[in-house]
Amino acid sequence: MAPSSNRRSGSRRAQYTTFIGYLVGGAGAVVGAGFLIVSIVNPGFMSTLRGVGADVVAPASRVAAEGKAEGADFFETISGYLAAGRQNAELKREIAQAKVRFVEAEAVAQENARLKILLGLMADDPKPVVAARLIGSSSASTRRFATLGAGTRDGVSVGMPIRSPLGLVGRVLEVSDSTARVLLITDGESLVPVRRASDGIPAFAQGRGDGTLQIRLINLGINPLKRGDTFVTSGSGGLYRPNTPIAIVSSVTTDGAIAHVLSDPANNDYVVVERMWAAGASDPAQNADVPGAEGQAPAS
Amino acid sequence: MKRPFEDSLNRRINKAPSTVVAVAVPWITVMLGSLVPALPLITASPLIPPFGFMLLVAWRQIRPGLLPVWAGLPLGLFDDLYSGQPFGSAMLIWSVAMIVLDMIEARFPWRTFWQEWLVGSLMVSVCLLAGAVFANASGGSTPLALIAPQAVLAILLYPLVGRLVAMFDRFRLLPFAKV
Repeated sequence: MAPSSNRRSGSRRAQYTTFIGYLVGGAGAVVGAGFLIVSIVNPGFMSTLRGVGADVVAPASRVAAEGKAEGADFFETISGYLAAGRQNAELKREIAQAKVRFVEAEAVAQENARLKILLGLMADDPKPVVAARLIGSSSASTRRFATLGAGTRDGVSVGMPIRSPLGLVGRVLEVSDSTARVLLITDGESLVPVRRASDGIPAFAQGRGDGTLQIRLINLGINPLKRGDTFVTSGSGGLYRPNTPIAIVSSVTTDGAIAHVLSDPANNDYVVVERMWAAGASDPAQNADVPGAEGQAPAS
Repeated sequence: MKRPFEDSLNRRINKAPSTVVAVAVPWITVMLGSLVPALPLITASPLIPPFGFMLLVAWRQIRPGLLPVWAGLPLGLFDDLYSGQPFGSAMLIWSVAMIVLDMIEARFPWRTFWQEWLVGSLMVSVCLLAGAVFANASGGSTPLALIAPQAVLAILLYPLVGRLVAMFDRFRLLPFAKV
């Protein structure tokens, strides 16, 4: 519908108004294009303003995140009743298997500790910086960023890796007072040095933007990957702690594989911010014997 | 001078629409649409439609002339703060969209529902595509086909956003200010 006030009339005044409107609109587009070019050249452009913006809405996001977690619990409880019997039997079987595995794992851990003493290495697990919720994500953009509900006041700083109980989630890109912007491992810019858990074949895991990772092998040749292979971080580059689980191969390509992320950021209630690996390492030589140590350090 | 949005239906005895509300509602609703990524909806791939942009286009179609042509710049700036896109992406896309909508308005002053939907769908699709191209230029490497589900969802939701804007428009002109 065209209201009468907006129909084009022949008057000089109306023509000027229209012209000035286009002029100002065009100027807006030019300003936007200028900002865009600057931010493509320098991705940290305007990060302070972004941080302030995120800080302002963070309290509301936190409340919503808690509500979301409680809502999920509520539905899980209901669906749990529906599948209780079958699930009970399944869980009993699983726990019996898990008990055996646990004993085995304990034995391995003891052996590991003994060997480490023999080698004179310190087996220190540095304390995590803080546990916090992911309170938002760039859900409408093809870039994969998330907002973390902790910032400089909790000791978070740029470059710190983020993980959940299930595996690596991402790393901190920008920090403001009470929030932090996280580059998720599924973003196309994220490149994580990884190795196959079973035998340590080194590779890089690059995000594809859709919840999967592209595994790129460092040594080219016959592709040894199979469906179901698990990848863990290798620790090269010094950013991510070694042996953090990251992804499981879902399909094999000619030069690598497509892998599903183990720790889906959508399902995480709390995530843990860790210190950068190289900063917390007691012995720099420790990195040298990790396969793929020649890999480049991910840009901070 | 008679206020432009005052009509016989909305005038009551000693009550009239508030000018502040009538002017602010479109800006505020578009900004609320831009705030959707601040909700704890953590998605593995882009899926949530660009509500801020859809609201802007719907406001422009339902009430032409209410938002000025330059509105794309400040509203785009606000959207860039929360969208995760490289800064300036929405400022550029939204400014261009406002000019294009103004040209369509001048060319086809009388439009039907289907035409509005078609124009809105094209706008949203081009917005998503351009956004993905800009995001890739800033360091992402996402295949462009990935935005297809998001675009389909946005196109299907567009008439609903139009309804929503019509609702906000009625609220905007409620006579609750004392004269």
